Amino acid sequence: MRLAPAAATVLQPDGAMRYKCRRMTTLAFVLRRLLGAIPTLVLVIALSFMLTRLAPGGPFDEEQALPPEIRANLEAAYGLDEPAVVQFARYLRGLLHGDFGPSFKFRDFTVGELIADGLPVSLGLGAGAMLLALGFGIPVGVLAALSRRGLADRFVMAFAVAGMSIPVFVVAPLLTLVFALWLRWLPVAGWLPGRPSDTVLPIVALALPVIAFVARLTRGSLLEVLRAPWIRAARARGLAERAVILRHALPAALLPVVSYAGPAAAAVLAGSLVVETYFGLPGMGRHLVQGALNRDYTLVMGMVIVYAALMIAFNLLADLAYAALDPRIRRERAQ
Amino acid sequence: MTLGLGREALDALRRDRTAVVCLVVLGLLVLATLAGPALLDYREDEIDWSHMAAAPFEAPGHWLGTDRLGRDLLVRTLHGLRISLAIALAATLVSLVIGVAWGALAGFRRGRTDAWMMRFVDVLYSLPQVFFVIILTVVFGRGSFTILVAIGAFGWLTMARIVRGQALALREREFIDAAIVGGAGTARILARHVVPNLLGPVIVYATLTLPQVILVESFLSFLGIGIQEPLASLGNLVADGAAELETAPWMLAVPAACLMLVVFCFNFLGDSLRDALDPRDR
Repeated sequence: MRLAPAAATVLQPDGAMRYKCRRMTTLAFVLRRLLGAIPTLVLVIALSFMLTRLAPGGPFDEEQALPPEIRANLEAAYGLDEPAVVQFARYLRGLLHGDFGPSFKFRDFTVGELIADGLPVSLGLGAGAMLLALGFGIPVGVLAALSRRGLADRFVMAFAVAGMSIPVFVVAPLLTLVFALWLRWLPVAGWLPGRPSDTVLPIVALALPVIAFVARLTRGSLLEVLRAPWIRAARARGLAERAVILRHALPAALLPVVSYAGPAAAAVLAGSLVVETYFGLPGMGRHLVQGALNRDYTLVMGMVIVYAALMIAFNLLADLAYAALDPRIRRERAQ
Repeated sequence: MTLGLGREALDALRRDRTAVVCLVVLGLLVLATLAGPALLDYREDEIDWSHMAAAPFEAPGHWLGTDRLGRDLLVRTLHGLRISLAIALAATLVSLVIGVAWGALAGFRRGRTDAWMMRFVDVLYSLPQVFFVIILTVVFGRGSFTILVAIGAFGWLTMARIVRGQALALREREFIDAAIVGGAGTARILARHVVPNLLGPVIVYATLTLPQVILVESFLSFLGIGIQEPLASLGNLVADGAAELETAPWMLAVPAACLMLVVFCFNFLGDSLRDALDPRDR
């Protein structure tokens, strides 16, 4: 009961100022989270650096042993003759300038060039898949919850269980078989600039497992929220069912979905390795897999660092969305 | 107490028909991977030159057909499943041992030890794990042992969190006080009093870890950085099949169906076990 006057004060003339206040704290929140992300990123860099130094054998161990002088020259050229700490410091300094070092196997490219080459493709793919997963998974989950135990619900739940057990590397070939080989609606694989149909199958393959999980989560949490007393109160005030669902139930029901967004992004990024390799897309994932196969340390390291940064950024976005949806967190921050 | 928990879980499972079916299917599959290759006519790396890429039932003795090198698909799938299951079991065991020990100690000690130990878990948790597994395979060479270690190295984190939570609650119980008064040391209390009481959630989570490990291993093998030919794993069999999609769809269908069946059964079993053992329902 005491909540009512407090809520009403928001509507009073000083509402604008409160809003401004909250904006400030949002900025502080973002800054704090960004600062908090730095140690994680440094740890990622340090760990991957250490691991690659642990490797038995160096990048110049070829089948034919190099003469010692040439080997020494090569190692000096790449700075590999210095102590590990110096190398790490130089690597960090390079990273701050966007320099990921040279690729050991793609001799004519730096890792930075390969990243710049692949990042737009991978980002577009990942963003498309996440948008599709949320834009399709949430409505489907709502639909299932509203027709609880009905036909649509059973269908959606069956789809969700199937979608979660089928990994991306099975989904992708299956989609190709149906839509490219049998129906011939879409190209099998490939990448031509300006041919959007190339991106349809990869994005759908990436999104399907996430759609399944998001739909299941939305359904479960909406069903739970609909039992809450404030929903009964909203209905008692005579609100249309539509308004009850969309304005009162859904924002609260979306909280678990938002907290799943971080793991979902991780799944999409890992899945993009499969999808890019399978469909032959020139993204970062394919470079990473190639680098792993070639044991190209600098390339793998650079890619992993970028992927980690992407994941951190996405988790930050998810946290912000969570704070925007959950008034309790907002209030905590304002205090 | 443990016996009672086990019996209760068994009763609940028996009432859950689908879970029983899953358990039976998994049992049969394990039996098939152990006995099957010995009973069939071909070895997993044996090339049948006269029947390459044969469809199921097309060539005598090749029940599910052959791959493009004339190797029997059923035998290879069983072998792949055997390797995938073995890695999954081993990696789950590794993560179980580390996770339970870590979580139980952190929860039991509380205070600063707990804070530091769980902080470490949080930090590892925030790393992109699949990518670190890839780095590890790059560094230590591709193969089953690397995969096992790499997956085990990250798999224990969730287990540690779950166990810690339970251990924190357990610590407040009288029988722990009684053990302390009785003069038992930390190691003994953990081993004899704390861990046995954690078995429920640990079993549930281990059941749910198995399919995760199978998926990660197949994912790496699909990309070519996991199990290497001529060894078969479900992942590289799916990759082979995906390459022959148009001419020989069964090469994809057989290992993919096997993989999904196993993952689904473990997931379902884990969910049912959770329902059966969940203390909130009791």
